[in-house]
Amino acid sequence: MLSIENLHVSVEGKEILKGISLEIKPGEVHAIMGPNGSGKSTLSHVLAGRDGYQVTAGKVSYKEQDLLEMLPEVRAREGVFLAFQYPVEIPGVSNIYLLKAALNSIRKHQGLDELDAMDFLSMVKSKTKMVAMDEQFLYRAVNEGFSGGEKKRNEILQMAVLEPSLAILDETDSGLDIDALKIVSDGINALRRDTRSFILITHYQRLLDYIKPDHVHVLANGRIIKSGDADLALELEDKGYGWIEQAVGA
Amino acid sequence: MVAKINTHYLKEYDLRRNFLPGNSHAWLRELREAALENFSNTGFPSPRDEEWKYTNVSSIERKLFSAVQRDRDPAGIDPALINDYAIDNALVLVFVDGFYSDELSILRELPSDIIVASMVDALDQHAEKIEACLGSALKNESNGFINFNSALFSDGVFVCISAEKKLEFPVQLLFVARDQDALSTTRNLVIAEQGAQCEIVETYISADDSGYLTASVSEVLVAENACVNWTKVQCESSKGFHFGGLYVNQQAYAQFKHSSFSFGGLLVRNEVHAELGNASECTLDGVFIGAGRQHVDNHTRICHARPNAISREFYKGILDQRARGVFQGRIIVAKDAQKTDSEMNNRNLLLSENAEIDTKPQLEIYADDVKCAHGVTVGRLADESVFYLQSRGIEESAARDMLTFAFANEMVEKITNNNLRGVVQTELLNCLPQSGVKKEWL
Repeated sequence: MLSIENLHVSVEGKEILKGISLEIKPGEVHAIMGPNGSGKSTLSHVLAGRDGYQVTAGKVSYKEQDLLEMLPEVRAREGVFLAFQYPVEIPGVSNIYLLKAALNSIRKHQGLDELDAMDFLSMVKSKTKMVAMDEQFLYRAVNEGFSGGEKKRNEILQMAVLEPSLAILDETDSGLDIDALKIVSDGINALRRDTRSFILITHYQRLLDYIKPDHVHVLANGRIIKSGDADLALELEDKGYGWIEQAVGA
Repeated sequence: MVAKINTHYLKEYDLRRNFLPGNSHAWLRELREAALENFSNTGFPSPRDEEWKYTNVSSIERKLFSAVQRDRDPAGIDPALINDYAIDNALVLVFVDGFYSDELSILRELPSDIIVASMVDALDQHAEKIEACLGSALKNESNGFINFNSALFSDGVFVCISAEKKLEFPVQLLFVARDQDALSTTRNLVIAEQGAQCEIVETYISADDSGYLTASVSEVLVAENACVNWTKVQCESSKGFHFGGLYVNQQAYAQFKHSSFSFGGLLVRNEVHAELGNASECTLDGVFIGAGRQHVDNHTRICHARPNAISREFYKGILDQRARGVFQGRIIVAKDAQKTDSEMNNRNLLLSENAEIDTKPQLEIYADDVKCAHGVTVGRLADESVFYLQSRGIEESAARDMLTFAFANEMVEKITNNNLRGVVQTELLNCLPQSGVKKEWL
């Protein structure tokens, strides 16, 4: 699905990622954990194609294609989805309009017809239930006046509608209370498929109580300093990031 | 120059004087002639005048516009055009080049205590009411266009809602410009007596892409506890000149809500001046859009003359190519207008390197116990928002179109009348790049 090899990324001349390598197979869930400033968000932005990052070395292939050569919208149409840490508010455009515009641009790319308005609506409505969202949210402006938890649920709703192959969830758990965390996690679990891979970027272990990862990687100072299974997350929770940074001399 | 214009318009007045509405009333002849004399002394406003610093109307001066013959029938105006802009269920008074057209208008039965009539008819039947009120909202105004309008107005609308009455449907004033070089001067007077309520929609459109001058003045008198909701939709032709002044006088506890959508015209000046009585409320919302070489000026003035009044003002501008926008938001808080609560906001989106906005919030506060906030921004679309949409599969140019539309649509969505909102939204899409926004998905 995704293969990252020796990725180096700088922002305004400062190197943030210093040689990341990662192999993600279809259906796998990878958690990337690390302290603040370790480069977690940079990695997610680079994968989604945000401007302002210079890839100075390495390569990323996604479904046998050079991901870094693609425009952000092409990545999305090819099945890459980024759930934002801070979803953007767009007053003046309704949620349902955005969902329709997004889904239809992806369908067009796949050579499919626009979805019939009635079919679209019933599909979207069924997905709102998955994230315990009131249908009224569909008609509100995108994220405007939404609480932190509502914004994160809205990201998961978009993911459910767009059905990506690779979902990158950037600190989707941050700012959520326990109830919201459970709703969001249930939504993500319901979307797990053999053909769909996830990258969960998180600072805390608690998300992983709800979503069991296949692999856990610790990112510190722009490098993956340790990889393991779900137990690694528990160990981190117990001992903190300092322990592992010392242990590997990062 | 002034001499040449004056000769032209003095002649215009001489030609028309016997056909101008209300010419049998001495008081109105005097009013017109006094205005004409003022106009002949000053001409149109000059950029030397601080209030006109950013809007040079010499291009209006250079052309000499003339009123069309008033008895011309409206043949040639496609009823479908009227249909596109007429609001469902509204009483629609249609004017072609400044003259009322019975044929195109859509009339409705009115209760006996509500008057809605063309100015020509009203000056026949309700002259006393008009005499008592005409000009009363203009006491603090001195501007060549207003004098020009007072001298030459050919028609307009008179609305009077009796005390405690509510007009159940909107009254729409639909002004259609047709002839090249036509001069359309209309004067509207709306009186909402104590506790009365009404909704007015003022729409400007053109039948052809001709060059013409609209010089319209509306006076609104909102008595104690009365409420007037006024939406203006300006879609003049790409060669049209537009001066539209709205002058509002609010008594105690009166409410006035205004939304202005300024989409068309080559050179446009929208003026809204409101004088606020005790504990009255005034809301001014606006969207103005310019492209090509359009010049769009929004000149607003809210005068808190008495204590406890609330004003909210929010204007948004979108300027592309070489367009130039002007926003002036002047808030005056008089010495005894204590407990004034005022907020003004102007946000502008510049889509091109060559577009320009001159924005001028101006607070003059003479009272010491007031709350006045103001904010102005000028910027481009946020990169983060563009990326967010791209990350959802929407291509960059479409994402930009969508965000530009959203910027304006946020104001359009405040319109509570569904049909009116649809009409404004269609116009908004017509004057923005459309590739990214599908009307049928909205």
